[in-house]
Amino acid sequence: MNTWTIARKELSSYFRSPIAYGVMCFFALITGFFFYSAVRFFLAQSLQATMMGQSVPLNVNEWVVRNVLSNMSVVGLFIIPMITMRLFAEEKRTGTIELLVTSPLRDSEIIIGKWLAAMILYLTILAVAGLNMLILFAYGNPDWRPMAVGYLGLILQGGCLLSIGTFISTATRNQIVAGVATFGVCLLLWVLDWVSQFDSSRLFTVISYLSVTSHFDSFARGVLDSKDAVYYLSMIVFGLFLTARSMESIRWRA
Amino acid sequence: MIKVEGLTKRYARNVAVDHISFEVEKGQIVGFLGPNGAGKTTTMRMLTCFMPPTEGSATVAGFDVRENPMEVKRRIGYLPETPPVYPEMEVIEYLDFVGRIKGVPKASLKSRIDEVMQKTAITDVRNREIGKLSKGYRQRVGLAQAIVHNPDVLILDEPTSGLDPHQIIETRDLIKGLSGDHTIILSTHILPEVEAMCQRVMIINKGKLVATDTMENLSSRLHGAETVAVEVLSRDGTSSPEWMRSVQERLEKVAGVSRVLAKDSKDNRARFTVESQKGSHVRPELARAVIEAGWQLNELHGMGLSLEEIFLELTASTYEAKSEPAPQAGAEEAK
Repeated sequence: MNTWTIARKELSSYFRSPIAYGVMCFFALITGFFFYSAVRFFLAQSLQATMMGQSVPLNVNEWVVRNVLSNMSVVGLFIIPMITMRLFAEEKRTGTIELLVTSPLRDSEIIIGKWLAAMILYLTILAVAGLNMLILFAYGNPDWRPMAVGYLGLILQGGCLLSIGTFISTATRNQIVAGVATFGVCLLLWVLDWVSQFDSSRLFTVISYLSVTSHFDSFARGVLDSKDAVYYLSMIVFGLFLTARSMESIRWRA
Repeated sequence: MIKVEGLTKRYARNVAVDHISFEVEKGQIVGFLGPNGAGKTTTMRMLTCFMPPTEGSATVAGFDVRENPMEVKRRIGYLPETPPVYPEMEVIEYLDFVGRIKGVPKASLKSRIDEVMQKTAITDVRNREIGKLSKGYRQRVGLAQAIVHNPDVLILDEPTSGLDPHQIIETRDLIKGLSGDHTIILSTHILPEVEAMCQRVMIINKGKLVATDTMENLSSRLHGAETVAVEVLSRDGTSSPEWMRSVQERLEKVAGVSRVLAKDSKDNRARFTVESQKGSHVRPELARAVIEAGWQLNELHGMGLSLEEIFLELTASTYEAKSEPAPQAGAEEAK
């Protein structure tokens, strides 16, 4: 109940500032661009395949949806910091954190409320960008199930990065610092995967496991792998746990 | 209503609040007075469960801040130094949000908001964005926020800081009007404010409680003396240090005078503060002394013992190190 009150307040301030619309617009444009180029490439390939006398049509899911979803997951890394950077930093800067902390609220209610609001904004952004996919249904016959799994993957990956971003936002009173730090961490969690390409020793396998994007591949292919779902869910819980610890330290140090 | 025992807040390098103990009874307005950095805000933050004390205990309405913070928070309304408002929200929306997180029952929330808006006179700005309000209005929204859940205890941290004199008077009246229903602790470094509003005063300096008493007791306990301000004009139109010294010496010779302080001089005038034992009636003698020495007496008046003097005396150690005189309350208020 209180959680929802907090989430509602966050949402109303998101949609009152230009940031939500800006991010939404940016994301929709980029996704639209990727979608357009994926479809063009797909058409060219289809044409070529027909001319070569191939009778089985190319798979839309394989050629378009998977590519677009993978690209969305990477672009997602760039918009997460813009969503989370203000969550706690702004409250710390203006002193409204004192209102929240001295109200009869549990820390968990404040944290989950804020994360939930970020999540809802993120879902809205995904939904707007997802309109592209509807075009595929109008002109083609894609399978909706792998697409849904792909979206689930985007949602889980977003949830995990948002919880990390929420944590980083508690560590500073400067939104920009929070944003840049979150961006850095997002980027790191993305590129960690790359090391496994050159080295497959145990250490690098572990490092690669930590990367958010390596777990997205199966989702993009439309495969719901419990291993990857567990990774995302545990990262969400871990991020929120760190946030709770950090909020306690706000009290001790304030 | 509030009971504090040995409350201490220690940081890595310094002690912000050092074993403070006091009690506040129901319905009282208590002024928490001290120079900046004395530990007022820290004490208040511990009472409001914003931060836990390092040592000692504090109970509000019978609930300990450490063991039962939820119950304490339900019973406290808190206005921090800067009102904790969200600038992008409308006033009514903000109060609705605060009412909900403070646990005001939904059924009565709307009428409660109307009530506090009336009490704090912000009904006319109910649909304005808080960020676009004047500072005085914002402060009143902050007060409305503190009383929306009808708390037993109100804790106000420098409620008049940064307001213009007109707004200060309004805010003071508002707070006085609230005292019937709530026990109030307010902090300030502005002395007349305590004199205007509070029944009791607690003076805190460097984290220690240096005095706690009713206003009347405090002034009589500290001073068995009477203070007189004297302004003398020289005849030659200048006020040399030698002349100043001779005036001071002459005044010191008057029977009953215990101390003469030279305050300042400008052109041909010099001002002194003369302290004497109570009941010694030195004023006629002072006048005679000045006239007989051939100077002109420009001004002579008794000074009531203001809280300011008590305050300066009790917190003197903070200012001793500095060469410039302690800031005057009036100057603080004007900024």
